[in-house]
Amino acid sequence: MANNSDGGSFIENLPKIYGMYTGGFLVFVLLMAILEQMGVGADTIGILFVAFTIVIYAGIGWLSRTMAVDAYYVAGRQVPALFNGMATAADWMSGASFVAMAGGIYFGGHGYLAFVVGWTGGYILVASLMAPYLRKFGCYTVPDFIGTRYGGNLPRFLGVVVLAVASFTYVTAQINATGTIAARALQIPFEVGVWFGLLGILLCSMLGGMRAVTWTQVAQYIVLIIAYLVPVFWMSNKQGFGLIPQFVYGDAVARITELEALHGLGTLDPVAGAKGGLKALTVPFAAAGDSAMASWKFVTLVACMMMGTASLPHILMRYFTTPSVKAARQSVAWSLMFIFLLYFTAPALATFTKLQILDPNLASGIIGKPIESVLALEWVQKWSAVDFLQIIDANSDGILQLNEFFMRGDIVVLATPEIAGLPYVISGLVAAGGMAAAMSTADGLLLAIANALSHDLYYKIIDPEAETKKRLLVARILLLAIGAAGAFVASLKLTSILGAVAWAFDFAASGLFFPIVLGIWWKRANRQGAIAGMAGGFLVGTWYLYMVRWGGMDPWIGIDHLRFGIIGMPVSLILMVVVSLMTPEPDAEIQAMVDEIRVPSGETVLGSSH
Amino acid sequence: MTDTSKRAEHWQRTKSLMIITLTIWFIFSFVVHWFAASLNSVTFFGWPLGFYMAAQGSEIVFVLTLFWFVKSQDKIDRDCGLAEED
Repeated sequence: MANNSDGGSFIENLPKIYGMYTGGFLVFVLLMAILEQMGVGADTIGILFVAFTIVIYAGIGWLSRTMAVDAYYVAGRQVPALFNGMATAADWMSGASFVAMAGGIYFGGHGYLAFVVGWTGGYILVASLMAPYLRKFGCYTVPDFIGTRYGGNLPRFLGVVVLAVASFTYVTAQINATGTIAARALQIPFEVGVWFGLLGILLCSMLGGMRAVTWTQVAQYIVLIIAYLVPVFWMSNKQGFGLIPQFVYGDAVARITELEALHGLGTLDPVAGAKGGLKALTVPFAAAGDSAMASWKFVTLVACMMMGTASLPHILMRYFTTPSVKAARQSVAWSLMFIFLLYFTAPALATFTKLQILDPNLASGIIGKPIESVLALEWVQKWSAVDFLQIIDANSDGILQLNEFFMRGDIVVLATPEIAGLPYVISGLVAAGGMAAAMSTADGLLLAIANALSHDLYYKIIDPEAETKKRLLVARILLLAIGAAGAFVASLKLTSILGAVAWAFDFAASGLFFPIVLGIWWKRANRQGAIAGMAGGFLVGTWYLYMVRWGGMDPWIGIDHLRFGIIGMPVSLILMVVVSLMTPEPDAEIQAMVDEIRVPSGETVLGSSH
Repeated sequence: MTDTSKRAEHWQRTKSLMIITLTIWFIFSFVVHWFAASLNSVTFFGWPLGFYMAAQGSEIVFVLTLFWFVKSQDKIDRDCGLAEED
């Protein structure tokens, strides 16, 4: 891994290397289980899990250090499709996917599944409209494509601005998540945890850029998928839900609908007095809103998340690292496959957790039981102590009603092993998985921002004469500075994790989706059109977000702050088409370039070192 | 430079494939979920169908579509002699 000359044999040995790594990780988990049996405390096991995995990632980052430009920016374009799929899946699945998604489904039911649909279907757009063509183009960053395709510094600069805003919104949420997990597992204050998380993130990316991030992300995917699936399979088998729970939870969904009626969901008065961030269950699980507005809200959220997926630069740039155009396409399919493994498990997990809490016939059921006995449960005590859970006996009858039980969505993933009575080693594994998910996404995002600033802003616009050594130094300084800025913002705790994550998709969709798609699929698209489309879509979208969120404006036909891409995207499309048609068509050279990226064979448009 | 007629055929077929792929995508991203409430009255292996499509059905279709797309595009590239050398 240390230099380019042994690149070939390293690539050939990848299955063996990561096979051994996976085996090693499983041995580590077994070792922890043995330590637990020998009486080692839960806290120590949690610390060992998080510390051990971070040391491994940092080690991979160190081994992947490089001073070559194409290794730093695109991992030397030699990442095989399958491994790039794993790396993209880790890049993609953030702390929010890992920790918050199942909880979101638990509380939001069918309506929340719009995120699951949106965050998978977007890959169809990536594969059919974008990734293979951008790979053939041979760019280092997304603004690199925009700048070269449309010509001139202004489109490139606007691309950098949209990329930086979208990715920065996203990265603070990820650093926040690493901070939360590090703080809980290592028992340090949140503000310290944030900086500790950043340190881990930078160790993975600073020395080796994209090459280091690629190989740590593969390692992080393996940890996070094991950590997500093992507890679900274990729990399912222990509770008798079946061997592969994802395929058999239909009856559990039906049972929940019965139980919701039994417990009087929707008929109970809301109970006030819960601590911040804690919610009681109020939305039916399986029922979909039977109105055009409910359908509209579902599909608009799906649309924003999908177009956002296809415009987020930290995802697109992963497909610049494959050895060929064909491999780029294959790798999108593998990415979706690896993401699917987690995303189709999350609704199953939400269902089982809900059933365990609601069903009075199960030993774990707590709704409808005497509050005294519920408060005696160890997991209830533990999570109440950290303000993740609260019980308020509003009608003082000593029995726990549905509207008297409050919790944070994150519990669904974090506490399920305990609710189901699994050993603590599983909770440690889950913490390591959450950390891997948040770190891998933060790494990809930080690198996307730093690369755009160093390559597009510094090298292409400010100092085109800069030597390789200086370029890579600037890239690393920027990575450090942006990471520090992200950690600082995260430590201020400004937004909830999910609000910020959805915004990143809307920003990217508003400003970048049409300029990238039309740059490939419409030869007539020109510089003026791209400038109008990027600036117009991005500014109008941002204005709308500001007005609905802070400006006191009523959302227009249900388009709230999570969906502001629905406003930005059409503005971007219309401006881009109208302005392009009003101004002269691009010159012959640009049109020939577009023809060239549409065929897989032949040299890339931009050279391997540019 | 490969001859222009091959390139034109290649782009024509690529565009058709894109349109078919995006039609499937559109149906399973939007159309199906628009009618989720009605679909929920149908039971599918225990699941209400509208819920199932959002939780699992659409996602399975997406994965299968993408692998099919990759295979089809590769065939187009080879037929037109524009595939990369292995």
